Amino acid sequence: MPFAWFVALRYLRDAKGQTALILAAVSVGVAVVVFLSALINGLQVSLIEKTLGSQAHVTLHVPREVPRLLVAATPERGIASVVLPAPQRLRSIDQWPATMGDIEHTFGVRAVSPMVVGFGFAKRAEAKEAIVIRGVDPELLLAIIDIHKKIVAGRFDLTGTDVAIGSSLARALDVGIGEKIRVTTTEGVDDIVTISGIFKLGNEGIDKTWLITSLRHAQSLYALPGGVTTLELKVDDVFDAERVASTLRERLNLDADSWMGLNAELLTGLSAQSNSKMLIQFFVTVAVALGIASVLAVSVVQKSREIGILRAVGTASRRVLAVFLIQGGVLGLLGSLVGSGLGAALAKLFENVMRGPDGAPQFPVVLNLPLFASAIALATGVGLLAAVVPARRASGIDPAMAIRNG
Amino acid sequence: MVEPLLRVERVAKTYGEHVQTCALAGVDLVVEKGEFAALTGPSGSGKSTLLNVVGLLDRPTSGRILLAGNDTSGLDERGLTELRAHTLGFIFQFHYLLPAFTALENVMLPAWGYEGFPSRAMRAQAEESLRAVGLADRMHFKTTDLSGGQQQRVAIARALSRRPPLVLADEPTGNLDTESANGVFELMQKFNRDNGTTFLVVTHDERIATRCDRAIDLVDGHIRTDVRKGGMPRGLPQP
Ligand SMILES: Nc1ncnc2c1ncn2[C@@H]1O[C@H](COP(=O)(O)OP(=O)(O)OP(=O)(O)O)[C@@H](O)[C@H]1O
Ligand SMILES: [Mg+2]
Repeated sequence: MPFAWFVALRYLRDAKGQTALILAAVSVGVAVVVFLSALINGLQVSLIEKTLGSQAHVTLHVPREVPRLLVAATPERGIASVVLPAPQRLRSIDQWPATMGDIEHTFGVRAVSPMVVGFGFAKRAEAKEAIVIRGVDPELLLAIIDIHKKIVAGRFDLTGTDVAIGSSLARALDVGIGEKIRVTTTEGVDDIVTISGIFKLGNEGIDKTWLITSLRHAQSLYALPGGVTTLELKVDDVFDAERVASTLRERLNLDADSWMGLNAELLTGLSAQSNSKMLIQFFVTVAVALGIASVLAVSVVQKSREIGILRAVGTASRRVLAVFLIQGGVLGLLGSLVGSGLGAALAKLFENVMRGPDGAPQFPVVLNLPLFASAIALATGVGLLAAVVPARRASGIDPAMAIRNG
Repeated sequence: MVEPLLRVERVAKTYGEHVQTCALAGVDLVVEKGEFAALTGPSGSGKSTLLNVVGLLDRPTSGRILLAGNDTSGLDERGLTELRAHTLGFIFQFHYLLPAFTALENVMLPAWGYEGFPSRAMRAQAEESLRAVGLADRMHFKTTDLSGGQQQRVAIARALSRRPPLVLADEPTGNLDTESANGVFELMQKFNRDNGTTFLVVTHDERIATRCDRAIDLVDGHIRTDVRKGGMPRGLPQP
């Protein structure tokens, strides 16, 4: 065994009590970090899934026309501004197939789905509901929403004038599978459609307003032959959405909204969670570092004579340095291995115990390799780092000084 | 002319910045290979200082040390460590053994620490040294389980294991009872006789000093007398 390893491990073994104590401290610290990270990551994943499962990460559409100012306000004459609202007629994205191809090759974009999105009303007997009509390509839509999984009645089939509507909308209109409703668009176009599927995305705003039809059908409802009003995107990393949105906004001269912009509150919540996670990690790291550093500092003082003699008999100072760096690293590594196991066990226990009334875990935890790997790498690195000061002191011990005044 | 093993030229050592203590005031000394020299003198006369300077643990304030033909004044910390590892063995009043290790490990550590990895030869050499100091049956004892005399013998085995040409001993028997002291002293003489190892031994014990080939008496940082047994004139090679 290399000298530095041999001496380092023997020192750790010889000071059993001290070693056990500091290992316990490091383990508890790492366990806390692993447990909390698993919990918070789990929380974030389920929150993001809930929010983004039925939502595009980035939505692109033609810029809205801005209202024009006819007369500016002049307080002396007591006149308020006169503003002419812009006509909000649906317009198609120019050359959208080319644009779409371009977007598909943009860094960070996973999928693009072209759509016609417009407003209108659905009527059946006395019931009349404001709706959002979404014309989609059924295949491409799947990349954005896993709609098949969300169908609660009928199936997802948009051939002809077959449409799918939200569950709350179906209830409000009191319709079932195979029944027909009348749809009126803001363009004044009327049509009769057949309900082939009812979906529930879990978001009341969507389930109460959405009517999904085929792209071709929506194009005819809004008199946009061959056009699309909206491109919806999924990106690889959900937190990268805003960057992708602003890149595309600049390049394509289109409005681009990211889920991050539209869900500012959720984002604030998520980042608050991430911050508190980081804060906890930081303090645990500092505590672990201080613990290891102080144990090693004491050990260096206790052993200064021995170290002096080792130096006197020809041991290079870098080897003495290594002896203490290794001790720090080993304490961090062992502590984090035990701590990871402990934290993981704790998280699993917590997940199993805390169950909702339906038996599903209330706090699904996320335990993955990166979590353990980063905890172990961090603790080992911190151990090494914490050992730097004591190790430097040890390697700087003057052999003559240590041997003097026995 | 053959360069002596150790040549000390006008070495002075002053401690302190504001209040200066002159521990060595220009010492000239030549030690030939194979000598067994005692270094005596009253307390505070500079014996340990001289040994530390010769042992390259401390640098002299002025003058120079030539060790095995190397001028040490030009060496950096690494060079000094290197030269120490090759040419010097140390024995101190306190054994300074590492309590976490066995006797055998303690004896192996200098070579191990110098070369980085242990080897079969290293182990064989250490075992042989421990046998030579009469501790063949104590090799795997923790050093804390040995008596004071045994511990000092382990320290001697450690100092001699790598066959350094020069061994520096600072009151090696100062902490032992008469019997153990005699044993340790005879052990050193045996190494001197059998292997030609050169010894420079600081001692307060008159009886021990008179049993050495040569007695160097230090007073106030000066060599007062330097006597060879049999009235042999200094400076000539040993027969
Ligand atoms: N590190 C130091 N700082 C200041 N003065 C020192 C130091 N080491 C030694 N001295 C002084 O140098 C002088 C010689 O000390 P040294 O230790 O060499 O004496 P010694 O002959 O070994 O004495 P003893 O027989 O008591 O061991 C003494 O006056 C001592 O006080
Ligand atoms: Mg002394």
